[in-house]
Amino acid sequence: MARVLLMAEHDGQTLNVSTARALNCASALGETDIVVFGSGAGSVCEAAARLEGAAKVLHVDRAENAHPQAAIIAPQLASLAAGYDYVLAPSSTTGKDVMPRTAGLLGLPQLSDIMEMVDARTFKRPTYAGNVIVTVKVPDGIAVLGTVRIASYVAVGEGGSATVEAVSADAVLPEHTRFVGMEASSSDRPDLQSASRVVAGGRALGSKENFDLIYSLADKLGAGVGASRAAVDAGYVPNDMQVGQTGKIIAPDLYIAAGISGAIQHVTGIKDAGVIVAINKDADAPIFEIADFGLVGDLFQILPELENAL
Amino acid sequence: MKIMVGVKRVIDYNVRVQINREGTGVIKDGVKMSINPFDEIAVEQALRLRESGLAEEVIAVSIGPSTAQQQLRTALAMGADRAILVETDEEVQPLAAARIFNSLIEKEDPGLVLLGKQAIDDDANQTGQMLAALWDKPQATFVSGLEIADGKAKAVREVDAGLETIEITLPAVVTVDLRLNEPRFVKMPDIMKAKKKPLETLPLAGIGIEMPPQIETLSYEPPPKRGGGIKVDSVAALVSALKDKGVL
Repeated sequence: MARVLLMAEHDGQTLNVSTARALNCASALGETDIVVFGSGAGSVCEAAARLEGAAKVLHVDRAENAHPQAAIIAPQLASLAAGYDYVLAPSSTTGKDVMPRTAGLLGLPQLSDIMEMVDARTFKRPTYAGNVIVTVKVPDGIAVLGTVRIASYVAVGEGGSATVEAVSADAVLPEHTRFVGMEASSSDRPDLQSASRVVAGGRALGSKENFDLIYSLADKLGAGVGASRAAVDAGYVPNDMQVGQTGKIIAPDLYIAAGISGAIQHVTGIKDAGVIVAINKDADAPIFEIADFGLVGDLFQILPELENAL
Repeated sequence: MKIMVGVKRVIDYNVRVQINREGTGVIKDGVKMSINPFDEIAVEQALRLRESGLAEEVIAVSIGPSTAQQQLRTALAMGADRAILVETDEEVQPLAAARIFNSLIEKEDPGLVLLGKQAIDDDANQTGQMLAALWDKPQATFVSGLEIADGKAKAVREVDAGLETIEITLPAVVTVDLRLNEPRFVKMPDIMKAKKKPLETLPLAGIGIEMPPQIETLSYEPPPKRGGGIKVDSVAALVSALKDKGVL
């Protein structure tokens, strides 16, 4: 049976749900070990061990791994890659940072954003902002390296009991890269990428203050909050709320887009949502072409009305 | 310090990309081609660094067919000092592109390599990271803020969790994101001036790199379409429709 190494996505304390989604892809390819690069990330390893389908959890525990810098992680991942037929990571900003550097060290090509397996070496992936899906084949005789488009896979369940093994990755780590700080928007709302409901606003909100309409509706629904690139560029919300090709690609059960016109790059980020609702005063806005339910009108009236109706 | 900046020729981002009838590629004949928008931001950043006295020379590099000279001329019109085209009609995937850049680096010895975080055709987001690995230098990806002083760069990265700041020792590879800057418009006199700037063409065979294994593309297809939806005429109708769907 083929052997797969999957890099876990985490923040030092919590395992990110993208790992469970990527494991769904990995398990179909072979027996999967999950590797956790961390510094005292024991709780992350325990969470990874509970995922259904994980064979083993490899814990690479060293102080340098406190922040996942590609220059630090890639040499370790490359040294662990020997003996595996597949090396995968979620297609997060961390996965996209680390995996190509690992591929460079190993002298191997890499697949970005695997969305479907066709056979053991053949996969589908999006190009041209999701407008063209290509079927690609990795040549025989080399390990398959890739990032997994997490919106294309549902998370595996919990109930597994993999063993956690401490391993040391044999690698000399550079000192040329230093973590300085992280400015994370703190929020009690559900995480945008794992929320089952998401409410998002666009430029039509008009200001940072008006975005409260979006937050308020989201809180009523227990939803995460997203935004279009235009709303981020305008400074209404921070970058980590951006949904779309250059932001987050999400697949909630319900997505409500208010005042978002539906530029291609935004639509790419929500195509996998269950039900899409569009609220926009422009009846010809492209968002209506992909929305399951569209409501034409003024969002400043509709959003409070919707909130009251729930 | 010299700055090397990557310029990829891609289908213009305003063009609705179409797949050919056989499903063996996308239609490029008669289609407007441009600099990859992320690369344009990289060129702009290189120019700003030179204008603020932190760099002496900006070298624009492209890999592709002879027609990619057009995009290099645009980079020269923006203000790059000279350009290099590594000419080939073959498909060059990220690892091969990284090897080509690495080979040019040996000759040019830049203090900074600026690339777009990804190209809007293959959307791979790999070349910069692979180059940093081959060159054995630091990388900063998804960069929306960049300060350079004392042989170091402080880079703000747009990551999933928010804004991360890292410090890297130069030389390094930096791949840029949308919010780093707004590229300047090119003026007519600059286009005329750019025609006189040096543009060197090197055949790929003369670069002397070993071509790595490449991933084979078997077919191209449009994405699955979402079924057409309906418009509702009131909030009450919307709520009832969502309840019927079981999402409320």
